[in-house]
This record gives sequence, structure tokens and C-alpha cells, in this order.
Amino acid sequence: LVPSASPTSPESAPHRVRSPRPHHHERERERETDGRRPVAASHGGRRRPLQAQIRRGPTSHEVLMFEALREAMIEEMTLDPTVCMIGEDVGDYGGSYKVSKGLSEMFGDLRVLDTPIAENSFTGMGIGAAMKGLRPVVEGMNMGFLLLAYNQISNNCGMLPYTSGGQFKIPIVIRGPGGVGRQLGAEHSQRLESYFQSIPGIQMVACSTPYNAKGLLKAAIRSDNPVVLFEHVLLYNLKEKIPDEEYICCLEEAEMVRPGSQLTILTYSRMRYHVMQAVKTLVNKGYDPEVIDIRSLKPFDLHTIGNSIKKTHRVLIVEECMRTGGIGASLRSAIIDNFWDELDARPVCLSSQDVPTPYAATLEDATVVQPAQIVAAVEEICQS
Amino acid sequence: SPPSAPVPRHRIPQIPLNPARASRASPAMAAAILRRLSPAAAQRAPPRLLPPTLARGVSDSTEPLTVETSVPFTSHIVDPPSRDVSTTPRELAAAFRDMALMRRAEIAADSLYKAKLIRGFCHLYDGQEAVAVGMEAAITRRDAIITAYRDHCLYLARGGDLVAAFAELMGRVDGCSRGKGGSMHFYKKDANFYGGHGIVGAQVPLGCGLAFAQRYRKEGTVTFDLYGDGAANQGQLFEALNMAALWKLPVILVCENNHYGMGTAEWKASKSPAYYKRGDYVPGLKVDGMDFLAVKQACKFAKEHVLENGPIILEMDTYRYHGHSMSDPGSTYRTRDEIAGIRQERDPIERVRKLLLTHDLATAQELKDMEKEIRKEVDTAIAKAKESPMPDTSELFKNVYVNDCGLESFGVDRKVVRTVLP
Repeated sequence: LVPSASPTSPESAPHRVRSPRPHHHERERERETDGRRPVAASHGGRRRPLQAQIRRGPTSHEVLMFEALREAMIEEMTLDPTVCMIGEDVGDYGGSYKVSKGLSEMFGDLRVLDTPIAENSFTGMGIGAAMKGLRPVVEGMNMGFLLLAYNQISNNCGMLPYTSGGQFKIPIVIRGPGGVGRQLGAEHSQRLESYFQSIPGIQMVACSTPYNAKGLLKAAIRSDNPVVLFEHVLLYNLKEKIPDEEYICCLEEAEMVRPGSQLTILTYSRMRYHVMQAVKTLVNKGYDPEVIDIRSLKPFDLHTIGNSIKKTHRVLIVEECMRTGGIGASLRSAIIDNFWDELDARPVCLSSQDVPTPYAATLEDATVVQPAQIVAAVEEICQS
Repeated sequence: SPPSAPVPRHRIPQIPLNPARASRASPAMAAAILRRLSPAAAQRAPPRLLPPTLARGVSDSTEPLTVETSVPFTSHIVDPPSRDVSTTPRELAAAFRDMALMRRAEIAADSLYKAKLIRGFCHLYDGQEAVAVGMEAAITRRDAIITAYRDHCLYLARGGDLVAAFAELMGRVDGCSRGKGGSMHFYKKDANFYGGHGIVGAQVPLGCGLAFAQRYRKEGTVTFDLYGDGAANQGQLFEALNMAALWKLPVILVCENNHYGMGTAEWKASKSPAYYKRGDYVPGLKVDGMDFLAVKQACKFAKEHVLENGPIILEMDTYRYHGHSMSDPGSTYRTRDEIAGIRQERDPIERVRKLLLTHDLATAQELKDMEKEIRKEVDTAIAKAKESPMPDTSELFKNVYVNDCGLESFGVDRKVVRTVLP
């Protein structure tokens, strides 16, 4: 079982309903987008208070991650009648991870559609429905199964706005759990973010806490771009207090988990918890790492990441993708391209081994990055 | 040569009673004139003395006319519609015009390709025009159509602009996809034409998704989901068909069976080439896809059927004169005699021409003049399209995302752009 709450998980903060007056920074400019949606409570983005300063408000409730996702679905489906859900076992069964429990009773079985086992075509159907103006949320029971729908996601979902010269938008959300679980076997332990990352036209986000899961799913549903939301099989029972009030997380923004000064650790999804476990050890040893959960896998929030690297000058990437062609590989390349002058040490990337995930427990643990390896890597970087 | 004064469109001009003039007309025309002469006509106001070539313009009457289709419909678990199709002279004349325009446009595209103005892939539709035009005659622009890469004529049938079509083929910025799609990516959202897809069979689930949205919103419209005999063997087609039947989606799967999947004949690719039966529990209809009226009847029937009963498969038995694409001569896997024979016996434009002539709705000369006009129209459109510039380099990054937000970061309310990401 994963830890029930990360030590640095954000407590709820009361949110103002109106967005603050924009701060006129040289890099900011305002441009109104299609603002038909009701404005939810907003943060100041980069000016959002750091974790330690978020006040604990009275109006919050404790949820598990899958309940947070469920709340997001219910809120969005209530707000907008074009939002619908398509997937295997999402209707009567309530979802294989209980994300859509009770939804088909609430919204009917056309809006919460149980499909046969045909990922290629029901993803295609979701994309066709999105072309015609609906906002479907397609659930893959496991992200690995969406490999069968790769053609639809790449060609029809990612490329249609471009090849039609802007005539169509595909406001679809494709979500599902991926990542290495507990001895699920090679085919059910895939990390598809590395395969999808070069598809032009999609956005990819990875959630890691109930708070950002709900916020990211809401933002993804409201986005007019196709968004792939990567959940993790082992994180569905994470418990956290989230605000009662409506809130959204910014899709393109990274989350500051622990501010620090000595080096920047970039991570996402389940590896965030391995990193925080390693950080406990590191803090005891006297290190001061800054931990950022990158959340947005495509595009990278190089703004937050860059500000951090300018402060610490050392970077470690900890990811669950495989070494070859993973998110870490792209991120390392982006960091070198953009922040070479700021770096005092080689950017290090810890990723899973380039092997199919074995079934045996010891081998599976050896496949993914463990906290001890993170500690060793931090020590090596800080001493170089 | 006809004078420049326009023939009034709202009525058929009076026939001159002067037999001297009538005798200069062709025998067929003379017979027509004699048939129409009646005592009532003699008591009308003195007729204008027009030359015989303008004595009767191409009929735009909307009086119904019943024509039999070439062959009866064959059906699978459904009662086929009647062979007798109701049409009007105006509809037949319009069909002739539209099909001739499509034929001319495709031939012109062939020349442009050989002149290297069109590059890459170019899949031509000549021979199959009746499917596009017959479908349009049966439906409204609120119904959706989606097809694969042989989409130029479907785009034109949906009201697409000829100049935009040629500009897109040549990769110019005034193209219907701003030069970024090419031959295989023609779309027209306001006419509910959803393209334009390069991967064989991938459009079939998309079409079922369109139908899902139509059912979701209770629009009362249908989707025509076109694919070829090559795509008929794709698994995703059967997956999509299963779901469409389960949820009674208003989708009509139209198999444009031109008997060759690229270079492979249908009997070499399909164990069962009766594509209209492949739905198993889903009804199907086999239609002569080179008979405009049969296509119209089938599509009308299908639309009424799916709104009540869920999906149906229409197999259009058609033929393409060109090869699969411009890089395929089209004669290595079929004989020139076969192509010539079908052109001789089943050409859709010739069939409608014969109908117009037999029922006296136009003269051969008028139809030839119409084709000349069409040729000029196509040439003008091509010239205009050639003037359009290539897209600017800034166009490269447009429309990757809506509002290009992959390059920008939005505020959490997703309304205001906060910053540009490096």
C-alpha cells in the first residue's frame, strides 16, 4: 500500500472566487479565450503561495484519489451536458477503479457509456463525437490497452485540428491508469507517456495527489485541446483533504512540492512519493533538495523548472518511464537546450530499466527507481 | 451559336409555331415540337421567334418523373426499396451538371499532378461520381458525411468551393485546409463534411462517433460513413458496427465497392465479397453505384431506416477509371478492356445524359454546351488557385492546438494567457 498521505500534501486553502488583478509582468499578456465556461476559483499561478503558507481552511473534506476524480466527473457532467464518459465497465459496474461509481444512475447510460472491448473504435468514436461538439472523457481500463487506439489518438485526435486548417477542435480527455503496479506483469505495467509524447497536438498531464487529480481532470475537460491524463494504478487509494469549493489546476503548470536550495528534483506521478521518501533521508543528512512535480508532461513547464534551476544549478530527474525515449530523456534534453548556462553539474535522469516489467517482486522492484537510488544520486550530484 | 440574351429560367420558352423554323431543328427536336403543339398553345399570345437551339432550354421543371433503376436492389434482412424512383427534370439536370463538374475537376487534377503542381498522394474519384451526387440528392446539409482519402468530389458535393479545392491540392494558403492538409484532408465543417482521412478504415469509428453525437443531441439527422472494399476487412469497422447496432446509432455505413483495394482485386482480399451481407445482424442493401437514381433511392431509404432501427450497410457497386492513386496506372491488375467496357456500359454521366435526352429534358447540344461551360469553370478555378500564395512560415505552428496553448500557459480559469513557455 502506498503511504496514505504524503507529508507535504497540500492542505486545503480557502479560495477566492474572483481571479486577482493580473500582475503586469513583462512576459505576461492577456488574451481572452473562449470564455464560455463559468470561472472557478483561481490561484495566482506562479504567485500561488508555497505549500507551507497554505492556510488550513475549515471547509474541506477527505477523499481518496478515485473519489476526487469521481467528484470532478460529477461536477463537470452537471455543469455541461455535452460532457460524457465512454469506456469499458464505466456504467453499471461503476468503473474498474470505482471512478465512475454511481454515475450512470445519475446521468443515464448514454452519458456514461459502457463499451465492448474495442479500444481502437471506441476511442475513434469519442474523437468523432468530439468533432461534432461533445466533450467525451474516454477511459482506458489500463493505459496499456490504449496502444490499440494509438492510430486514432495520433492521427485523428492529435492531427485533425491541423490538417483541417483549424476547422475542428477535439476537446476530448483520454484518461486511465498506467505505470508499474504490484506484480501486474509486463503488459499491464506500461508507461504510455513515453510513446505519446511526440504526437503533435495533444497535451499530457500526470496527476499524483487527489487534489491535483480533481483539478487536472476538471481543467482537462474544460480544455479545447485533446488531453491525455495519466493516472497511476497504485495511487487510487491515496487519501487527502481537498477543498469543498470548486477549484481547477492549471494544465500547463508544475507543482512545487518542497522548496529548497541545493538541487532540483523533477518528478511526476508515483515517483513523487519515492522522491519524498528519499527526501526524508536526505534532509536528515543535511541536504536541501527542491522537489517539483512536473505534472504537465507535454508541454513542460519550463518556466517553473527554469526558475528552480536558476536557483539551485543542479538537477535530478526521477521518472518511471524507461530510459530510452522516456519523459526524462526529453526533459533532460529540454533543460540542456534552455538552461545550459545555469547548470553546475550534469543533469542526471533516474528512470526504469529498459526491460519488460517482470512478475517476480524482487525483479519488479529492481526495475523501477527506489528511494535508496535517489539518495545516492543526490549525494553524487551535490558532491560533484 | 446561341445569342447572349439569357433564357428565362422560370418557364419553358414558347415553341415557335413557324414550321419553316421548326424544320431546321433535328428530327428528335422536330418530333418534340410536334408533340407539344396543341390547340391550346395555338390560342396563346404570338410566340417569340427564337432560333430552335434556344426554343427549349434545359428543363428546370419540378414536375415529378418516375424512372426505373438499372437493376433491382438486393437486400440482406430488410425489404428493399422500390425500383421506381421519383425524380424531377431539374434534379436530373443538376445531377448531370454536378457529375460533369466532378469528372472535369478530377481529370484536371490528373493533369495538374502530371505537371507536378500536385504532389504526394492524389486519389481520383472519376467513375464514382454517382455515389456523391446521389447521396446529396437524398439528404440535407445537416446530415453528416465522412469518408476516406478519395474525398475531392464529396467535398464538392457538400458545397465545397472549386478554387479552395484546387488550392488545397496545390498546397496554397487559400485551400480548404489552408494548404496544411492536402488531397487526403478536405473538410467542410459548416456543411457537416468530416473529411478526408488517410488511414484506411480509421474514419469508420469516427463516423459512428458523429452518429453518437447526433443521437446524444437528438438531432434527427444521420451520418453517412463511407469506406471502400479494401477497408471492409478492417477490424475497427466491425467493432464500430457492433457498437452502432448495440446503441442504435443513426449511422449508414456505405461501402464504395470499386472492386479493387489498391492493387488487389476484391476476390483476392475478401473471403466474402458480399459486403452488404457482412453486417450479419445489421441489414444491408446492394446498390448499383453508377446509377444516380438508385443511389438516391437507397440513401433516402437508408436515412428513414436508420432513424428508426439503427445502422444499415449500403454497398455501392461502383468503379474507378483511374488507378488507386496517381502513382498507380490502374492497368497492371485489370485489363483496359474492362475499364473501357464499364465506361461504355455503366458510366454515370452517360446514363443521366441518356435519361435527359430520352425524356426530352435537354438536347445533346445543350448538354455539350454545359460541359464546355464546366470546362471553362474548372480552368478558371485552377487559374485562380494557382495565383494563391504558399502558406507563410508562421502558419507552420498555427492550429497545432486551439489557441496554440501548447506554447502558452493559461490561467487556471483557462481564460487568460499568462505567459509564453520557453
